[in-house]
Amino acid sequence: MTENIIEVRNVSKSYGGVVANHDISLDVPSGKITGLIGPNGSGKTTLFNSVVGYHPTDGGSIKFEGQEISEKRVPDIARLGMLRTFQQTRIYSKMDCMDNMQISVSHRGRSVFDMFSSRKGEIADRAEVLLEFVGLYSKRNLISGELSFGQQKLLEFAMALMNEPKVLLLDEPTAGINPTLINGLIDRLQRANEEFGVTLFVIEHNMRVIMNLAQHIYCLAHGEMLASGQPDELQNNQLVIDAYLGAH
Amino acid sequence: MTARKLDYSIFTFLIAFGILAPFLFPNFVTQIAVMWMMILFASSWDTAGGQMGYNSLGNITFFGVGMYISAVVQVGMFYDVAEYTASFGAIKPVFTDAQYYKGLVFGLAAAGVGAALISIPIGLCVLGLRGPYFAIGTLGVAVAVAELVSAWSYVGAGAGISMPVYPGPAGEGSLVFYSLMFVLTIGCLFFLRWLYSTQFGLAINAIRDDEDKAEAMGVHTTLYKSTAWAFAAFFLGISGAIFGNMIGFIEPLEVAFPTATFGIFMVAMSLLGGKGTLWGPVIGAILFHIVKELTWSYMEGMQWIALGAIIIVNIVYFQQGLLGWASDRWPAAFGLIVDKSMTADDRDGDAREAAE
Repeated sequence: MTENIIEVRNVSKSYGGVVANHDISLDVPSGKITGLIGPNGSGKTTLFNSVVGYHPTDGGSIKFEGQEISEKRVPDIARLGMLRTFQQTRIYSKMDCMDNMQISVSHRGRSVFDMFSSRKGEIADRAEVLLEFVGLYSKRNLISGELSFGQQKLLEFAMALMNEPKVLLLDEPTAGINPTLINGLIDRLQRANEEFGVTLFVIEHNMRVIMNLAQHIYCLAHGEMLASGQPDELQNNQLVIDAYLGAH
Repeated sequence: MTARKLDYSIFTFLIAFGILAPFLFPNFVTQIAVMWMMILFASSWDTAGGQMGYNSLGNITFFGVGMYISAVVQVGMFYDVAEYTASFGAIKPVFTDAQYYKGLVFGLAAAGVGAALISIPIGLCVLGLRGPYFAIGTLGVAVAVAELVSAWSYVGAGAGISMPVYPGPAGEGSLVFYSLMFVLTIGCLFFLRWLYSTQFGLAINAIRDDEDKAEAMGVHTTLYKSTAWAFAAFFLGISGAIFGNMIGFIEPLEVAFPTATFGIFMVAMSLLGGKGTLWGPVIGAILFHIVKELTWSYMEGMQWIALGAIIIVNIVYFQQGLLGWASDRWPAAFGLIVDKSMTADDRDGDAREAAE
């Protein structure tokens, strides 16, 4: 399948006088891993926020599976099957890991009566499997706020998988993580993509990570689309190198 | 002892006490009925306040609304309400026994359902507010509703309504209302225990911890918030109806919408016992009620100072309440698992292990 699950066309967003995104267009092909890079302040997180409905855009169109979503709100988009994780990890810090996982089940196509369904059975089993997948099984009954930052990132990733999204937008999944953990995380991201069939759209500063992970990469600078292409094309693109080294 | 066993032991104790209390303390039946009501106040407040993190100062609204709905239903089923209230008690309508009981049953049911229904539009307005804005918004609702009722002559305005009088012998009535309050409170506690064990309980906890995250994960936060509030309103509405019948005369400011007393007590009791737990509010309510009754009897003139002192000590030294404080001190006894090996220094080491 090569159709695009997300299509962004001519999206702009300003905060007061600051133009965070100007006329951005990009495609995220279904079933692939797409990267988004750019120097600090280039508008990557703003673009993510626009895509998941966190704020209204100033113009342009965003389509998810062919459906226009630029007017929809965050929970509605989440229920369609598009989730994001946060740069500053967000978990339910006073609940234990299992509870964090169990409340993250998908709310797509569920009825009102599912509000009162029991926590035992299939949901709990799947929560344990996914905690095992990210390597937090032994921590499953700990209060999540007491985990280290890296573990909280893994938990947030597992929670996202629990929701069975079609697309997962990851905002700097490796930021703040111990370098020794990063390889394990890359491996898990790839497995989530291959085994669970989740399309990934990843913001990443770590070039080694994104070049290994993504099949296609977009580069933003100063709120505009600077370049895009295969990882090796981008690595040799003079514009990208200049943007990162501050040549303009 | 597992949490489940402990819960059932506490239920057994409460139910045994509730059945025996009228025989052991026959002179205090009304006070103990009010204690059950205080437990219900604290526990139902905690659904939104503790479990969901929405600290309401206006839950008393539903208590008063329930009280008035039951009064209107109990009178209105047999007489014209406006005529009845306009006479300021000059007409003493006679309710036959059958009429009285029928009115009471329908009155209580209507009070619960009515209060829950009214909570929904109010909730849609105020549940969009967060933190202190929500607290003040709900306080405003309580004050405004009390003022509106005070000005509404159909329900007697500021002069209130005399409730139909219990037809049996004196003394029997207080036992009947005691039993109703007791059964309602135990029912409420069983309901909340079940509610907190479902996905619903997790959802409102998630809203407490990080509402934006819950939204980003697709949780229908508005639906959960208004449902949780409606549950609290349902139980408060019925308790208001029982209390109105128990007192016999209702009026808006002191009986139906006592914002500065009952309205604040429900918050203080939950905080005292430990909000966000099933039993914390129960413990807080029992302690608070006992202290309140004792100081009211033996420290005349000092009672408010004593209550104020409790609240200050609670807020300064036991912010998580008695249960929260105890569970921090003896986590194992509360079924919390603490990883003792984990200190700030070796957390990364743990993370590495976890990843491998």
